[in-house]
Amino acid sequence: MEPLTWGEIIARILVQFTPVWIALVVLFTASFMFKRRLGLYGKLFDSPVGMIGFGLVMFWVFTGIFGQMDLIGTHDPLSQLSGMKNKAPGTPLPNPGEGAYPYYLLGGDNLARDVFSRMIDGAWVVVQIAPLATLFAFMVGITLGLPAGYFGGRLDTLLSFLANLILAFPVILLFYLLVTPEIVATGVPNFMAMVLFIFPIVFVAVLLNSRYHTQPKLRTPLLVVVLGAMIWIYLSVISTNGWLVNTPGLQIPALPGAVDLFDIPGGILVVFVSVVFVNSPTVFRIVRGLTMDIKTRDYVAAAQTRGEGTWYIMLWEILPNARGPLIVDFCLRIGYTTILLGTLGFFGLGLPPESPDWGSTINEGRKLLSIYLHPALPPALALLSLVLGLNLLADGLREESLKD
Amino acid sequence: MGLFILRRTGVMILTALCLTFIVFFMTNLYPNLEKLAKTQGDMRMSDEAVASWLESRGYMEPLALKYGQWLGVAPGWVKDTRDGIRGRCIKGAVTPEIAAEAQRFCGILQGDWGYSTVSKTDVNNVIWKRLGLTGKLMFWVLVLMVPTALIVGILAGMREGSATDRSLSTVSILTTATPEYVSGVIFIAVFASQAVGLRWFSGTANAAMEDATFRNFFLPVLTISLYGMGYIARMTRASMTEVMAAQYIRTARLKGVSFANVVLKHALRNALIAPFTVIMLQFPWLLNGVVIVETLFSYKGFGSLLVDSAGNNDIEMLLAVSVVSVVVVLVTQLISDIGYVFLNPRIRIS
Repeated sequence: MEPLTWGEIIARILVQFTPVWIALVVLFTASFMFKRRLGLYGKLFDSPVGMIGFGLVMFWVFTGIFGQMDLIGTHDPLSQLSGMKNKAPGTPLPNPGEGAYPYYLLGGDNLARDVFSRMIDGAWVVVQIAPLATLFAFMVGITLGLPAGYFGGRLDTLLSFLANLILAFPVILLFYLLVTPEIVATGVPNFMAMVLFIFPIVFVAVLLNSRYHTQPKLRTPLLVVVLGAMIWIYLSVISTNGWLVNTPGLQIPALPGAVDLFDIPGGILVVFVSVVFVNSPTVFRIVRGLTMDIKTRDYVAAAQTRGEGTWYIMLWEILPNARGPLIVDFCLRIGYTTILLGTLGFFGLGLPPESPDWGSTINEGRKLLSIYLHPALPPALALLSLVLGLNLLADGLREESLKD
Repeated sequence: MGLFILRRTGVMILTALCLTFIVFFMTNLYPNLEKLAKTQGDMRMSDEAVASWLESRGYMEPLALKYGQWLGVAPGWVKDTRDGIRGRCIKGAVTPEIAAEAQRFCGILQGDWGYSTVSKTDVNNVIWKRLGLTGKLMFWVLVLMVPTALIVGILAGMREGSATDRSLSTVSILTTATPEYVSGVIFIAVFASQAVGLRWFSGTANAAMEDATFRNFFLPVLTISLYGMGYIARMTRASMTEVMAAQYIRTARLKGVSFANVVLKHALRNALIAPFTVIMLQFPWLLNGVVIVETLFSYKGFGSLLVDSAGNNDIEMLLAVSVVSVVVVLVTQLISDIGYVFLNPRIRIS
């Protein structure tokens, strides 16, 4: 068979993305029809910048999801086909098997794997980790930032010192210290996971309790159900094969395998923990600053005179009023987390070497960059477009939220 | 003001102590020491051999004591081993006579940064040279980044909502969305590879360590500058639009002062206060970018030193690297705070 021309390659790639296009069209039509009823999200569709950003982000989200459902990728991202090493985009397979896609649309990498399928699979790694890690960082930052800003004093001094301590660390040095096999063997990341993952539970517990403590009949069952589920998930996340920490020096038993809901692969957990750890001090500082600003407002004084509890004021008076800047920062921070994940992959830290994430693929591709461009450029452009989309989305949100 | 600087310096020293202790703790965890023993001695050492190797080189002392020795507030360890006397302040195994003459204290307070196990020489011999090379890189980055960012920001913020504003803002967003490893790869692909064939620049900056030319040094400098540039430009734009909407600018325009004059003489000075802080706070991020770019362009500066020593658990080198980078970060923060007070008369007078 003849190699494909560039026009054919682009056409075939567009066809491969069909499920994504359909999902995007459905999402955008639905959002346009109901945009007046959707609050800030609906207003996003008034700003062209925000819409472009949202489109780019959702494109990669859908790509990640459908890629995981095997609707987009043409080959297995890990399988190596002989004769396809470093082949140019559009090269036909030498002897395609029954039902196999007959081309490597974006060529083969130095281990003869399909660049296109790896890029699609890399999207899932990001879509899976980045928003969730950012969410956790926000939980940690909010849970610590609200009391620091509200109470001030010693607590504030101590927490701010700790935050500045982490911020003064060069990020890459921190990653090198945390994400090496030797450190993982000591169980340090497991301990950090135990500490960091408690924050969402504390956050939700305080949030619900402060709101409903006047109605014990509703509060008690609600707290039992929600916290029970969260603690179960928490224990499943931090325990692997029945152990919290399983090192020669120290062993802590945890949930037995039978009730352990899922196991997170060790590499991903470490990456997740370090990304949350790096991000939370910045969130802390933002929340602290906003709290200090908002606590002087009249409605906070009104709540204080009404005799509301301090946690109720923090979580139900101050936090909702800080949501604008926080949502904007959330979008920006997902982009920053994506960049961090890429950095980790670029230095070969954490994720397994054959992992299709964009950072690792760029790192592999750059070694032969002066001769073969095609293995490094697609993941680079993918990462660029996703982060660009998130930044544009944040810009659109900022513009729209400033309009009220 | 003096009290402020004194307090900040105190906090800075405390931070540096805490951070180096964390690094010290992490690098001295047993699996790390085991890896160090195996790479330094023999890959196939038995567990007992590893333990005795570590014991004879003072790695098994209590953590706090080791940290004190590294700082130079506790006397260095001395051990009588089979092949002679070893000690923290003694190089290799020597006879008792030579050992008796060695210093008792040798930590960073005495100016001794320790011994690098990877480069087989004193940390002192390596780190300052590498820092100088990165200093050269940083200097050119600042020369390129700061004026470009300020000009872009001012042009964009001068007339809010104009076509210039929209296009320049898009460019700034684009650059902030492009991390160094993406832009670097794209630049090498376009300007330095055989495949595209432009070959305007060299894809490695190896030669730039001795003799930096435009050809071999421009791409790394551009790569680092671009990522930071967008952010500074956006801050400048925000600050410029705010100033341009101020009353005194409108008054000046109404009095008939030309637009160029208003921008250059009235708006600019006030608009540059905020970006100054941002530029100083960019240093920690620049450090990050430097590590990536030095790896990408194989420039053997401070960043690649960090990667090498972290990858090989070169404990004392890593500690020195973290001390230096932490000091750089904290000093720039201090300068930015002081500079902000000096630049802004509203704060200085009140």
